Amino acid sequence: MRLLTHNMLSCNIKGVSNGFPLRLEAEKWVEKEVELNADFLRGIFPKIEWKALAGAARAIGYDQLPDEADASMLDSDDFLRRFHHALLELHVEEGALVCPETGRRFPINKGIPNMLLHEDEV
Amino acid sequence: MEMNMLWSSEIFFVGDKFLYASHSSFVTMALRRNLVGCTSFCFPPVFLCWIAAMDYSIDIGSSSFSTKCKLSSRTVSSKSLHKTAQIRLLSRHPEVYEPCDDSFALVDALLADRANLLQHKPRLCMEVGCGSGYVITSLALMLGEENSGVHYFATDINPHAVDVTRATLEAHGVHAEIITTDIASGLHKRLAGMVDVVVVNPPYVPTPEEEVGCEGITASWAGGENGRKVIDRILPVVDELLSGKGWLYMVTLTANNPSQICRLMREKGYASRIIVQRSTEEESLHVIKFWHEDIAEMEGARAVASGPESWLSQFPLKSFWRGGTGSIG
Repeated sequence: MRLLTHNMLSCNIKGVSNGFPLRLEAEKWVEKEVELNADFLRGIFPKIEWKALAGAARAIGYDQLPDEADASMLDSDDFLRRFHHALLELHVEEGALVCPETGRRFPINKGIPNMLLHEDEV
Repeated sequence: MEMNMLWSSEIFFVGDKFLYASHSSFVTMALRRNLVGCTSFCFPPVFLCWIAAMDYSIDIGSSSFSTKCKLSSRTVSSKSLHKTAQIRLLSRHPEVYEPCDDSFALVDALLADRANLLQHKPRLCMEVGCGSGYVITSLALMLGEENSGVHYFATDINPHAVDVTRATLEAHGVHAEIITTDIASGLHKRLAGMVDVVVVNPPYVPTPEEEVGCEGITASWAGGENGRKVIDRILPVVDELLSGKGWLYMVTLTANNPSQICRLMREKGYASRIIVQRSTEEESLHVIKFWHEDIAEMEGARAVASGPESWLSQFPLKSFWRGGTGSIG
């Protein structure tokens, strides 16, 4: 699971209003090099919740993202490289995503988060 | 021999052109392009099968089916190999739906529309119900990945299916972000309005209601009354996910009442067009493409200006939309 996906996931339990961002508890993660595409990064940037990305990156030991970011930073190659690395090159293999409101844990196995709900949560 | 082809008993399409041929011979489809030693696929000659511009190696003749398979297995070019997932590289599990006519029809539709898809420059693509991973892998092979700025998501409610999809993607050296979930639950809020291409081969088989959403492989086909139970849950979610320029490709069965589906989508502002229509003895499948009506669909605009081919491209639609429903690109 890339941090891009973490940034797009929120708790889907019925009645939960504050289900984003899910807290990342990573047990195992890997880095996989991916070709940088500046157009993609500039296009997706406005859709990214920056604090959630920076927080998730820190949770897996990458602290090279600024706490806050704005679109003007996209002119910097150095910023793009860090953004790219955090968003697409870090893969969480094992761990869990935890709902900030209910504490419900959604497991991540073999890089795949499981967002299936129990009957009483739908 | 590699050619783009359409099979019917009377008409062949080769690339963007067509030619008439009257024959009664077999047309076997190159072992689903690269299937070696597995069951091949052959359209019953008596049925009209309308398949737009596919990258197949095909073999035409009158000798036995098994011979055709052996012959055509040697004709598959490297070009066709890299555009769709290879059957021999697919991962399998007894509880996961293996690619069948419907999956092939969907991939054929994507191949037929590939030029438009490339021009469309999608940023995020998503498959709902990825099963074996055949379709999302094929899409990633067709459109390219990070270097092209395209990223893929795939979901399935079946935990075995997501494992199989992961293995299939890995075997082809492509990547999609996979999530075990019901349709797009957990993703749809944040991904709303962001997905440029959604592909769905839904559980469309009419079944008793209690079979819908069962565990394991049943979930891949059980569609409840008229096979619409899950389709009708998927459509509003897809409507939420799609960006303004977003496209949906969905497989339907005649029993699903596709013209009514198109009317429903029209109420949400979508135009629709059949990309692939395919009949077998068991079922009649359509792959329908939907797009926001107020945004011109590229090929639709082009077809109007391009003479006899555009008339032919509409031919199957006219026979299908007898009630004059839906918008035709």
